[in-house]
Amino acid sequence: MNGSEPGRHTISVLVENKFGVLSRVAGLFSARGYNIESLSVGETLDPTVSRMTLVVTGDEFVIEQVMKQLHKLIDVIKVNDLTDESHVERELMLIRVNAEPQHREEILRTADIFRAKVVDVTQVSFVLEATGDEGKLEALIELLRPMGIQELVRTGKVAISRGPKTRPRKAEPAKRPRVSDDPRVVGFAD
Amino acid sequence: MRLPGARIVLECLKREGVDIVFGLPGGAVLPIYDALYDFEGLRHVLVRQEAAAGHAAEGYARATGKVGVCLVTSGPACTNLVTALQDAMMDSIPIVAFTGQVPTHLIGNDAFQEADNVGITRSATKHNFLVKDGKDLGPIIREAFHIAQTGRPGPVHVDLPKDILVKEAELIWPDKVTMRSYNPNYEGHVGQIRRAARSMVRARKPVLYVGGGVISANAHEELRALAELTDIPVTTTLMGLGAFPSEHPLSIEMLGMHGTYYANMAVHHSDVLIAVGARFDDRVTGKVDAFAPHAEIIHIDIDPSSISKNIKVDVPIVGDCRRVLRALVEAVREEMKTAGDGRESRRPWHTQIAEWRKAQPLRYEWSDDVIKPQYVIQEISNATRGEAMIVTGVGQHQMWAAQYYKFKYPRAWFTSGGLGTMGYGLPTAMGVQAAHPDKQVINIDGDGSFQMNSQELATCFAEHLPVKTVIINNSGHGMVRQWQRIIYKERYCAIDLPQIPDWVKLAEAYGCVGLRVSKPSEVVPAIEKMLSTPAPVILDVIVDKDECVFPMVPAGGANTDMILAPPTREVRDRAAKSQTGF
Repeated sequence: MNGSEPGRHTISVLVENKFGVLSRVAGLFSARGYNIESLSVGETLDPTVSRMTLVVTGDEFVIEQVMKQLHKLIDVIKVNDLTDESHVERELMLIRVNAEPQHREEILRTADIFRAKVVDVTQVSFVLEATGDEGKLEALIELLRPMGIQELVRTGKVAISRGPKTRPRKAEPAKRPRVSDDPRVVGFAD
Repeated sequence: MRLPGARIVLECLKREGVDIVFGLPGGAVLPIYDALYDFEGLRHVLVRQEAAAGHAAEGYARATGKVGVCLVTSGPACTNLVTALQDAMMDSIPIVAFTGQVPTHLIGNDAFQEADNVGITRSATKHNFLVKDGKDLGPIIREAFHIAQTGRPGPVHVDLPKDILVKEAELIWPDKVTMRSYNPNYEGHVGQIRRAARSMVRARKPVLYVGGGVISANAHEELRALAELTDIPVTTTLMGLGAFPSEHPLSIEMLGMHGTYYANMAVHHSDVLIAVGARFDDRVTGKVDAFAPHAEIIHIDIDPSSISKNIKVDVPIVGDCRRVLRALVEAVREEMKTAGDGRESRRPWHTQIAEWRKAQPLRYEWSDDVIKPQYVIQEISNATRGEAMIVTGVGQHQMWAAQYYKFKYPRAWFTSGGLGTMGYGLPTAMGVQAAHPDKQVINIDGDGSFQMNSQELATCFAEHLPVKTVIINNSGHGMVRQWQRIIYKERYCAIDLPQIPDWVKLAEAYGCVGLRVSKPSEVVPAIEKMLSTPAPVILDVIVDKDECVFPMVPAGGANTDMILAPPTREVRDRAAKSQTGF
C-alpha cells in the first residue's frame, strides 16, 4: 500500500517491567522489518511498569502497523504516538573531544553556550555531558567536530507529553503537598 | 496447599478442563511424568516426534474449540516443537505447549539438552513464559490458557525448569485472570456496524469473504443468517472451509490462488466486499493492487493489526465475529425497513455469477486408465456424505481436497493454511481422532508430505487412533513439479520420489492396514473397505502424476489472470513474467 511520505515518529510505550520484554519489542521490529532509530527504556513511578521511547521511521501505514503490532504484544500496556501532539523530547550525550591547549578555551565556551557540563578532564581531552533535543545535540557535535571528537555516546530519545494529561493510572495516596504543586511557584520544572 | 511443582502443573491442567495431553518424555520433564504415573483423569498420548505432539494438540483444539495441550522435554524437543507452534501461530489455533528446561541454576550454562527455549519460541507464539518460582506456576498456567483462547487465539509456550517441578510450592489458583496489558475488544463499533449494514443493503455486487475466524469464533450460524438475509454470495478461504456449506446455493466456494474461477471473478468485480475473520493473505489477494479494485471493503476481525495490513479497509470493525455478525444482522434488518431488501437490484449479479460458474466450473479430464486425483476426493466426499473429519498435508492433494470435498460443517476441516507445513496431516488427524473417537477421521495426504511424519503410524497403532490415510501418490513433490512445469519451463529439479517406501508394507510394519489401488474402477471399493476397517489404514492411490491443480493464479499475479487448464507456451511465458519471486 502506498502511504504518505516516510516520517520520523516518537512512540512512547508503557510495558510490564518483566524480563524478556525488551527482546519482545526488539524482536518485533526485526521480524517485521521496521526501522528503529533509537530505543530507550527505564522504570516509571510504578516499579512494575517501564516506559520505552522508540524513534521509528515510516509512512503512515507502517507507523499504524507498528503501533498495532506493539499493542498486540501481551506485555504492552499502552502505546502512544507523541509525534503529532505537544511533547518534550530530550536526549543525553557524552562526548570526548580533543582538548589541545589552543582549543581548550573555545571548547569550554561552546560547552557553556550549550549548557553542557565538563565531567572529565585530562591534559589532552574533555568529556562533555549535554542534553537536549536532537537539533541541539547535532549542532554541538558540528561545532566540536573540528577539534576532533574521539568518542560519542548517546542515550536515544526520551519523551513526555506536555500538559497534565498522562497521570499515573492508580490514584496515588495523598501525600504532603510538594513545592511543584503550589500554583504560586511558576516554572518549577527544568 | 503445598505440592511439588510437577503436581501443581497437573492440578492446573485438570482445573483448566484438559482431558488429553500429547507428549513425549525426557530428562527435564521426568518429574511431570512421575506425577502422571498415578494422576487420575488425564490421558497422555505418547507421540514419536515432538512436532507431532504440537500438531496433535492443534488438531484437538480445532476439532473441539478447546485449548490443545502438549508436553515435551527441553532442548531438542523444544526445537522440534517450534514448527507446530509457528503453524498454530499462523492459523490462530489455541494450544498451550509445555517444555522442560534445565534447572534454574544451570540456565545459561550450556547444560545438557539446554536451549534458550523462550528465546527460540518468542516469535512463534502469541506469548511465552519461563517459570522462575514455583508459586508462579498456577497464575502463569492460568494466564497461558487465558491468552491462548481469548482475543485472536494462538499458541502459548510455558517453559518449566526441572528444579521448579521438583520443589514444593504453594498452589495458587486465581479465580479470574485480569491483565492490565491484555484486554481484547469483543464488541464491534456500533457506528461502523451501521455503516456496514448501509453499504451491504445498497450494494449491487456484494460478496462475503469468509475466513477461519468465523470457525474459531463459532459464528457459522450467524454468518448463514446474514448471507441468507441479504442474499449475498459467500466465498471462503482455505481456513474458512466449512464455515458455510459448500452446496448452499449462495456458496461460490474457495477464492484465491487455487480458488474457483467464479469466486475470484466475483470478488474482483464486487462493489462491496465483506471480509469476516479473514486476513487478506497473499494467497488470497494475489497482486494487491488488482484485488477487488472497485469494492468498498468492510473488514470484521478480532485482531486490529489484521486490518489495513495488506489492503486498505474502508469500514474496519474490530470485534468477535460472532457478536459482530449478530449485531450486523440486526442492523441490516433495521436498514431494510427503510431501504428495502435490495434483492431485486442484486438479481443481475447472481445471474452473472451463475454464468461464470457455468462457463468455468471446477473440472478435470476423466481417464479410464489412470486415476485422477480429483476423482478420489470426490469419491471420499460421496462415501462420507461430506460428514467426515478431513485432514490434509500440504501440496496438490491439499488443494484438490479443498476444491472437491463438499464441506457441510465447521470444525471438520484441518489443514495447515498459513505456514503450509508438510507432514501436518497424520499427527493432526491423531489429535482430531483422540478428541472424537467415534468420528471418521480421514487424512488426505501426499506421498511427499506424508513421509515427513509417517513415524506417527506407530502412535496411531499404540494409542488406538484408527485414522484413515489416503495417499494421493504421484511419486513426487507434485506442487513443486507443477510450478516447475508452468513457471520454470519444465526444468524439473529435485522433485522425484521413487516408489519407496512401499506404503502397504510400511502400514503393515506399523501394525496398520495397507491397501493399494491404481485403476479408477478400484477406487470406490477401496474407499469403502478403508472406511469399514476399525483400525488405522493407509490407502495408497497411484494417481496421474501429470495432473495439475487448476485454476491457478501464479504468485504475484492478479486473480483475474487465472490459469484454467494445462498451459500453452503463451500462458507459461505470461506466468513466468508475473512471477515476482515468491
